[in-house]
Amino acid sequence: MPEHEAETEALTSDELLVEEVSIDGMCGVY
Amino acid sequence: MSSAAGSVAAFDLDRAWRVHPQVSMRPEPFGALLYHFGTRRLSFLKNQRVLAVVRSLADHPSARAACAAAGVTEAELPAYARALAVLAESTMISERTPHDPRT
Amino acid sequence: MTLAPDAVSHDAVSHDAVSPGRLTDLFQLGLDAPICLTWELTYACNLSCVHCLSSSGRRDPRELSTDECKAVIDTLQRMQVFYVNIGGGEPTVRPDFWELVDYATAHQVGVKFSTNGVKITPDVAARLAASDYVDVQISLDGATAEVNDAVRGPGSYATAMRAMQNLADAGFRGFKLSVVMTRQNIPQMDEFKAIADRYGAQLRLTRLRPSGRGADVWDELHPLPAQQKRLYDWLVAHGEQVLTGDSFFHLSAFGSALPGLNLCGAGRVVCLIDPVGDVYACPFAIHENFLAGNVRDGGGFETVWKTSELFQDLRKPDTGGACRSCGFYDSCRGGCMAAKFFTGLPMDGPDPECVQGYGEAALTAVGASPAVTVPRPSVDHSHRTTRSPRSAPVPVTITPRRPPSHDCDESPLAGFAAP
Repeated sequence: MPEHEAETEALTSDELLVEEVSIDGMCGVY
Repeated sequence: MSSAAGSVAAFDLDRAWRVHPQVSMRPEPFGALLYHFGTRRLSFLKNQRVLAVVRSLADHPSARAACAAAGVTEAELPAYARALAVLAESTMISERTPHDPRT
Repeated sequence: MTLAPDAVSHDAVSHDAVSPGRLTDLFQLGLDAPICLTWELTYACNLSCVHCLSSSGRRDPRELSTDECKAVIDTLQRMQVFYVNIGGGEPTVRPDFWELVDYATAHQVGVKFSTNGVKITPDVAARLAASDYVDVQISLDGATAEVNDAVRGPGSYATAMRAMQNLADAGFRGFKLSVVMTRQNIPQMDEFKAIADRYGAQLRLTRLRPSGRGADVWDELHPLPAQQKRLYDWLVAHGEQVLTGDSFFHLSAFGSALPGLNLCGAGRVVCLIDPVGDVYACPFAIHENFLAGNVRDGGGFETVWKTSELFQDLRKPDTGGACRSCGFYDSCRGGCMAAKFFTGLPMDGPDPECVQGYGEAALTAVGASPAVTVPRPSVDHSHRTTRSPRSAPVPVTITPRRPPSHDCDESPLAGFAAP
């Protein structure tokens, strides 16, 4: 596992293959 | 909105990886949903190929091999490495140790 | 708790687009199951909050039985619904509450339950702290008893505080403290954060909607425009530390989007199962127009989710309607369907709290038009006594039991629904 932190290219979310959200991030759940 | 690929630790494609045991995977028409019962985070895998890579990680000696087996081209590999980096950052996937069962 | 092995891959159309696109676009194909859902176990409640979205109070005799509830859980497990928000009414007043929570977590369905805290004793808190897969959410709508009890009733502040103390003492860290934001409590945001921090809880701020009894008090309680901005700025400053249940996506027109999917999840990624098994698009839309079916129908919940006409309709791409020409539509997505519906606004127009002010203009038009009747909730389990927002309970018998539906209504028949 590389020790350094590399800055990845800034991507628009359109190009990302994976997106993450909190399970609390859905509207319609109180 | 959701975590974008800002500053994420570079992903080591040449190590062995597997899906975290607390993660539930649910295929969908668009790809898949991954839910981590420990962190309560949800990941959207936005196509079928990245799902194929993720679910086969434990079957390959390296993430690079899993990508190749799933048909990821050299040109596409950086995008898949970024995707895997996001999943590793949130512990959806983690490195295999020699004693990990192959699931 | 053991987790299910990977679900068998189904016959899916290969979706390897060059550009994966936005998350919202992915839902055009629909989801095989909700991501999470709200399940109201009972309409019974020991409180009578003035803004209750489910008009709860009295138990409905047709409530799902314990076995029927377990069958629903079995279905949720099969569909791999990750997480259920169990609410009500007050869910802990059901005698089988713990049995059902244990059954859910034993069947790979994560649980968060929403409670006013009435049954969170030290013993209960200890039991919860010992479970990895049960989360608790305490409701509180004022950082002081004065502000809180005006909405939730005398003693409710003390009950919530006691519950939180018990959870903290039992070592349960990260339970949720959930607040419905009102005109009266927006000035208290820092105090809410302090309360959450004191008990080791995570603060959650959510939107008041004109749903259920909320329709009667919305005019007085809903935030003013300047307060909305203040709320938005505060949320941005606190980032992912403070949850919102994605309930403020209509505020994303102020600037960058808040964390979350930023879209209406009703019928697409979430839905409601109510105490009698009715499936609604979302808990803020308990009305026959948003009723998709019932879990007691042949085929159960899975068939309702996958095939109901209402849900198929909601899953069609949203073209924006009257909001289409607004530069902010992409961020705010036209706001909340339930908020529009229960204020009498058209579904394809602005949210009543549109940050550009288009909602206010639309509401004025509604108020001035005698032809428009604002929809009333179809389902009402309120206790028979009524209480005004700012006084103690007064036993009265009034028919109808609510004040006029809209301040601007001139017609004496406003809000009257013929039987």
